[in-house]
Amino acid sequence: MARFDGRTVLITGANSGIGAASARAFGAEGARLMLTGNDGEEGAAVAADINDAGGDAQFIQGDLMDRGFREGLVDCTVAELGRLDVLFNNAGVGHGGTVEDMPMADYQLVMTVNLEAPFALCRAAIPVMKAQGGGVIVNTASELGTVATKRAVAYCASKGGVILMTRAMALDHARDGIRINAICPGPVDTALLYDGNDDPVAGETPMNRIGEVGEIAPAVLFLASDDASFMTGATMIVDGGATA
Amino acid sequence: MARFDGKAVLVTGANSGIGAATARAFGAEGARLMMTGFDAEAGAEVMAEINGAGGDSRFIHGDLTDPMFRDGLIDRVVAELGRLDVLCNNAGVNRRGQVQELSHEDYRLIMTVNIETVFALSRAAIPVMREQGGGAIVNTASELGETATANIPAYCSSKGAVVQLTRAMALEHAREGIRINAICPGPVMTDLLAGGKDEAYLTQTAEAVPMGRIGEPHEIAPAILFLASDEASFMTGAMMIVDGGVTAG
Repeated sequence: MARFDGRTVLITGANSGIGAASARAFGAEGARLMLTGNDGEEGAAVAADINDAGGDAQFIQGDLMDRGFREGLVDCTVAELGRLDVLFNNAGVGHGGTVEDMPMADYQLVMTVNLEAPFALCRAAIPVMKAQGGGVIVNTASELGTVATKRAVAYCASKGGVILMTRAMALDHARDGIRINAICPGPVDTALLYDGNDDPVAGETPMNRIGEVGEIAPAVLFLASDDASFMTGATMIVDGGATA
Repeated sequence: MARFDGKAVLVTGANSGIGAATARAFGAEGARLMMTGFDAEAGAEVMAEINGAGGDSRFIHGDLTDPMFRDGLIDRVVAELGRLDVLCNNAGVNRRGQVQELSHEDYRLIMTVNIETVFALSRAAIPVMREQGGGAIVNTASELGETATANIPAYCSSKGAVVQLTRAMALEHAREGIRINAICPGPVMTDLLAGGKDEAYLTQTAEAVPMGRIGEPHEIAPAILFLASDEASFMTGAMMIVDGGVTAG
């Protein structure tokens, strides 16, 4: 009996990086998966990989900047899978820059994908989970939600928002059987790490390396599983010691 | 293949509560276990249970306030098991009372068991782990190492020290393949929380938890095993808070 046998899981940003690694791990542990992402080709390949390995995944291409898409996503998942046990708000974008030189459009993109989309998805998912008798939400925050770094001002603000949103929602819904936690990855080998990041030294951690996506997925699955039955409102830091 | 097949694991305070639940979970996942605790009878029962279920455990009775016992413990484990892959510094004590009500002896007891022992056992374990090429240490801190509450000032300060000792040691040994993390449990149904308390106290404690209940030891053990396992290969210096939401607000 795998930890997620028959459970339905929605993952955003599942076409690459931490999202794709987590999708594969959930798929290997019996979950019925709904995956979304902005890259249709990559996403279809991830779903095909999972299904070839005996898993059960489908992929919908879409842009979380599109309000109609993000606000309909939970309903679409429930229509396809019948219920929603786990929501993994993972999609994220980063844009380098200081408050002076960052265009407002970049700010709005970062805040919408990283913070407003998780809020909107939780808003739709919580009534479904409440009606089912429970559920789990895992949000991808960042070590940069707890400490800042240079030239990542919007990203830091959005991830700080994700952490406090996680805590606040956890308090509101702890007695509804809904657990809401976040992971805070440090530098991980994904496309996002190199996006607008001209300083590869940012990858330095006390462990003297950046993490691999396969090292973050187990933390996501742990929080989503019954192994974490007494955890809510927590932020699990997986950063090679960077914020110690 | 279980996560801890053949790994040598030391758990202190294994005779009850979180320590016993953790020892059972390690035993079920293939670990070769050394357990210690101050209650020989309870410890022998935990050991018998684990071994009866096909596990491989042994128990040494001893008191961590005895420097002879404490300072020789890691060497004894290595002599018995040949190596040390995981050290769980779990033993803890508490005495209630405001600062003016706690005796010097109460203070010394809490600080010795809860923090000095963690320091001493880590001090002995790290050279062994470095020599082996790596290892994992998991310390039992507390939500009360992050936020305080009234009437247990010595406990709070000891657990705050565990949190910072964990972070500091993690930084020092991150490049030696030694990962050092802590769990911060909230209220859990153990002797430490519930011993000698009435029903009203337990109801009030449960009500103060956002989840509306006190945790069970078997809800903490999976977090310790996760941190001790290769699943946490990029985690060091981290606090894993397992508190039903207490410190979220």
